[in-house]
Amino acid sequence: MGNRLPSRKPVAEALDQGAEVRKITFDAAEVTDWDSGLLAFLTEVNRLGEKRNIDVRLEDLPNGIHQLLKLAAAVPEKEDTGREEKPSSRLADIGRWAQQAASESRDFFDFVGNTVLSFLRLITGKARFRRVDFFLTLQECGPTALPIITLISVLVGLILAFVGAIQLEMFGAQIYVANLVGLAMAREMGAMMAAIIMAGRTGAAFAAQLGTMQVNEEIDALITLGISPMDFLVLPRIISLTIMMPLLCIYADLMGILGGALVAVFMLDLSPTAYYLQTREAVPLIHFAVGIIKGGVFGVIVAVAGCMRGLECGRSATAVGQATTRAVVTAIVWIIVADAALTFIFNLMGI
Amino acid sequence: MTRSNASPHIVVENLTMAYGDFVIQRDLSFTINRGDIFIIMGGSGCGKSTLMRHLIGLKAPAKGTIRFGETSIWEVDSDARQEIMRGCGVLYQRGALWSSMTLAENIALPLSEYTDLEPDQIRRVVSLKLALVGLAGFEAFYPSEISGGMQKRAGLARAMALDPEILFFDEPSAGLDPISAHRLDELIRELRDSLGATVVVVTHELASIFAIGDNSVFLDADSKTMIARGDPHRLRDESDDPKVQQFLTRGESGGGI
Repeated sequence: MGNRLPSRKPVAEALDQGAEVRKITFDAAEVTDWDSGLLAFLTEVNRLGEKRNIDVRLEDLPNGIHQLLKLAAAVPEKEDTGREEKPSSRLADIGRWAQQAASESRDFFDFVGNTVLSFLRLITGKARFRRVDFFLTLQECGPTALPIITLISVLVGLILAFVGAIQLEMFGAQIYVANLVGLAMAREMGAMMAAIIMAGRTGAAFAAQLGTMQVNEEIDALITLGISPMDFLVLPRIISLTIMMPLLCIYADLMGILGGALVAVFMLDLSPTAYYLQTREAVPLIHFAVGIIKGGVFGVIVAVAGCMRGLECGRSATAVGQATTRAVVTAIVWIIVADAALTFIFNLMGI
Repeated sequence: MTRSNASPHIVVENLTMAYGDFVIQRDLSFTINRGDIFIIMGGSGCGKSTLMRHLIGLKAPAKGTIRFGETSIWEVDSDARQEIMRGCGVLYQRGALWSSMTLAENIALPLSEYTDLEPDQIRRVVSLKLALVGLAGFEAFYPSEISGGMQKRAGLARAMALDPEILFFDEPSAGLDPISAHRLDELIRELRDSLGATVVVVTHELASIFAIGDNSVFLDADSKTMIARGDPHRLRDESDDPKVQQFLTRGESGGGI
């Protein structure tokens, strides 16, 4: 079937031109080899014949072809499968979109509410999960993420320092690179970078794990045993990430400042001590606190997005892929929105 | 098997199952007696597994009631429903073992949640359950390390962990070779006989249906309701519904498709 399939067009045209045709026969005496292409062609000719009341004679064809055609015609095409594309108006599209948005936000609040209830059960000692699972997740959310956090944060610090250095050098104010990098990392970039890395790394992993469990009916198995998947699966994940994110955030801040120092020392010929002292001067601890609070909030967002998308996953391999993608997209969107809101609030508070 | 003292265990009345507006089956009424092996059968896509999801409390009916003994499981609150479900063991189609835990941990989880056994006692119960399904010595294996048939048997061991009164099986022989499928059938029958449990099996495997079934309900996808119920042997010999006849004789009797 490497070549193109024979078309029914020439046959149809010949039928249109010629006088009345009553019968189509096939001369297959010299056919030695055939494949599905011929079958497809014959089915179409057959259908053409039915439409025009022409007797299509298939008897002279090789036996195998004859049987396969009969097999294909055995079960009539299923109608009313409900799969026809209905033409939809713009208005209907908007309506459907609004309904979907409403039900999605309901699901979101449902999930958040359930998480809170689950927390309350944890406090009253009713919620249970396996300690091993918790520590494994804790490790997955923390120590194993350090290499990628190191790489990204050092590079971000480096980039910030480069951009600043070129401008500041014009005024002979190279030392203020320390202020720029220190403030930017502590208040914004450390938390933001750590959160986005964790959304792609851990949030996606949560969604994929829970989604696969959904596909495998493992979640159903928990529910029928009366074990709440919120307590057993979601709670340890949210707690782990919420504990680890502020720590990762501090680490990212320090690595970013280290990246800035590399540029300052090797490009601007500042001494490491001068850079250190300038950073200490310019970035009091309150700025780190701002970043750490943001980190904690981002941690909750990433974990909730990952677990929610994982639990609402459908029952196929494609659905797991979609759940993972949606987990990352949801997390990143909410990280940015929350960052804007928090920055605004801190601004109002004058911090 | 004679059951002069047949008492109803699960009673389904006028059950309609639907996903949103899309009705799967309507007006199902049947009774599952204590100690029966009850078969839910029908062609592919007729809603057998959906019916099971209703029976094990995973999906609420669109209409109708499901009663376990005296309690209508969808009219009580979720705590009470869970209490009832704790008396049920479910073997899912592909085992549904928790993949992050070993076989021993899988079976130990319900035990440690709902019993006051000491860890050492739990370990002994777990070994016993694994031995019952022919998996002695596989305690430390992860589900991904054993074959599909073994996963199913391990799933059965987990379903039996809390000595349930009712065991549900979703397509127990799907994906098993004929010998393993036969052994699983034997196991189901032995468990019923020795534990006195009620067994509900969703299947379309004729060999299993005739080997183990005492009672059954036949769901039809076209008319969206049940078209026969009763002992599958009797249905095969006596039913005059062509669809039931065709199904139970592998399409060898009755007219065209």
